[in-house]
Amino acid sequence: MTNLESLYQDIILDLAKSRHGDGPLDGADHEHHEYNPTCGDQLTLRIKLDGDQIAGLAWQGDGCSISMASASALSDLATGQTLEGAQHLIDAFREMLRSKGAGTPDEDVLGDAIAFHGVSKYIMRVKCAMLAWVALEACLTEERVQRAS
Amino acid sequence: MTSNEFVGARSVAEIRRDFPGIAAFAAAGAAYLDSAATSQRPNVVIDTERDYLAGGIAPVHRGASNATGESTNLFEEARSAVADFVGVAENEVVWTLNATDAINMVSLGMADASAGLGGSAAARFALQPGDEIVITEAEHHANLIPWQHLAKRTGAVLRAVRVDQQGLWSLDDLAVTLSDRTRVVAVADVSNVTGAITDVAAVVELAHARGALVVLDACQSVPHRPTNFTDLGVDFAAFSAHKMLGPNGLGVLAGRAELLDALPPARTGGSTITKVTLDDAEFLPAPLRFEAGTQAVSQVIALGAAVGYLNELGMPAVAAHEQTLAMELAERVAAMPGIRLVGPPPGAPRAGLVSVAVDGVHAHDVGQVLDSNGVIVRVGHHCAQPLHRALGLTATVRASAHVYTEASELDGFMEGLAEVQRFFKVPAGATA
Repeated sequence: MTNLESLYQDIILDLAKSRHGDGPLDGADHEHHEYNPTCGDQLTLRIKLDGDQIAGLAWQGDGCSISMASASALSDLATGQTLEGAQHLIDAFREMLRSKGAGTPDEDVLGDAIAFHGVSKYIMRVKCAMLAWVALEACLTEERVQRAS
Repeated sequence: MTSNEFVGARSVAEIRRDFPGIAAFAAAGAAYLDSAATSQRPNVVIDTERDYLAGGIAPVHRGASNATGESTNLFEEARSAVADFVGVAENEVVWTLNATDAINMVSLGMADASAGLGGSAAARFALQPGDEIVITEAEHHANLIPWQHLAKRTGAVLRAVRVDQQGLWSLDDLAVTLSDRTRVVAVADVSNVTGAITDVAAVVELAHARGALVVLDACQSVPHRPTNFTDLGVDFAAFSAHKMLGPNGLGVLAGRAELLDALPPARTGGSTITKVTLDDAEFLPAPLRFEAGTQAVSQVIALGAAVGYLNELGMPAVAAHEQTLAMELAERVAAMPGIRLVGPPPGAPRAGLVSVAVDGVHAHDVGQVLDSNGVIVRVGHHCAQPLHRALGLTATVRASAHVYTEASELDGFMEGLAEVQRFFKVPAGATA
């Protein structure tokens, strides 16, 4: 596998094209907009909650294939998760992206998102991969703050 | 294959040997096509700075030691060399942190004048509510945001000359945007995205007819083309050392002496003054009135060497070399299916840079493939978001040249674009 192929694995290119979760979300409980000023990638992510569970997640945005693919992957993984489970997922994804290519990511936790392990070797692209995940994290934080007050 | 390209009397192959950074990239199989962002430095620049540092350094313009005198001489010789290089007098060259800082020195000085600082001499810079500042939609953020702030501080109105679908603006549109309330016209000499070359003399004529000052963003012209601010008639101009084979951390504000001597210094402090009391301070004439605190002495001295290197090559030859490369590249990308060239059309003059978009592929993905092919380019909005918005693009891919760029490196760029289309399976790639 060339370096380029390890970054842009087929599953990433497929996820970028299929854009799982792309669209509006009626009756969303939380919404967060993320913008990467270095490249102009932008994304708005919305979630709907049913008690402790993420009952619906959708996003709308434009960006490079890495950012769009990771939003797709997040949509597949986080929908149906508990708030705590979603945060665990985000933590694991972030840890993988900070690994600079080291270690073996946990497929049981991250599923198809382990394809993004190769991105961790490209420091300029880590933010692209984190875009949607950071937006979800902001939604989770907002929910926690609301519950605490 | 030996290149037969020349910059004036010297072959590009020979010039490349002067640049250890180019040799390092070449050893790694990479071509550096991002000189519009920052340029590589020739040995003479690196050695001059190192020799100065190793020879024993001393502060400039303060104290009375012999060492101080020697440092001050080298510092001022470099100022003189830079002044000659852009056709102004020594006291018309002010050292700044970078070009962005130089533009801010003007906009903040005008804000201070508007607040009453600088006395009657500075009144010519004071803006009233309803006065107008004119920029273009193509400006780099460094020549946009300082003027936004000046407008907000003073109640002046910021007016923009719009660009067309290629990202180009016209003198006709500038003429109708100007009014008798226009006080400042701030434009780039060469666009850092489109490579379009501004008819600065015509801008100056239009602006001065309205009594407006002209502030020139010369970042993409001074390093690449013969530039004479006095002949052009501009009032202020900004450029940066690191784009002209010189060091980081240093920019230049050039300006007409009578204006610099009257503009309030945006940054105040030591070494800018004549007399200081507890209540007030009087300032030296330019340039020292603007150079508060310790200056980037070794960088200034190294910039003097960079200017010497460029002078030896000859700026007309540098401009011709880069324009030939860029015009060739523009023709090649324009002929390639699925590639959008922004800026001047093929065959039209352009400075040494070419920006493109690949249909169906985000600029960052394009840059990644080019990078893995050993082609170092800039991707992004190049600090020109309004321009990209007008182009209907979030980002573009820019290839840019300098004295050490050779035609074979353009082949790598073209092959890289074809590889992008193949890799991402965008339609035009099928036949590439």
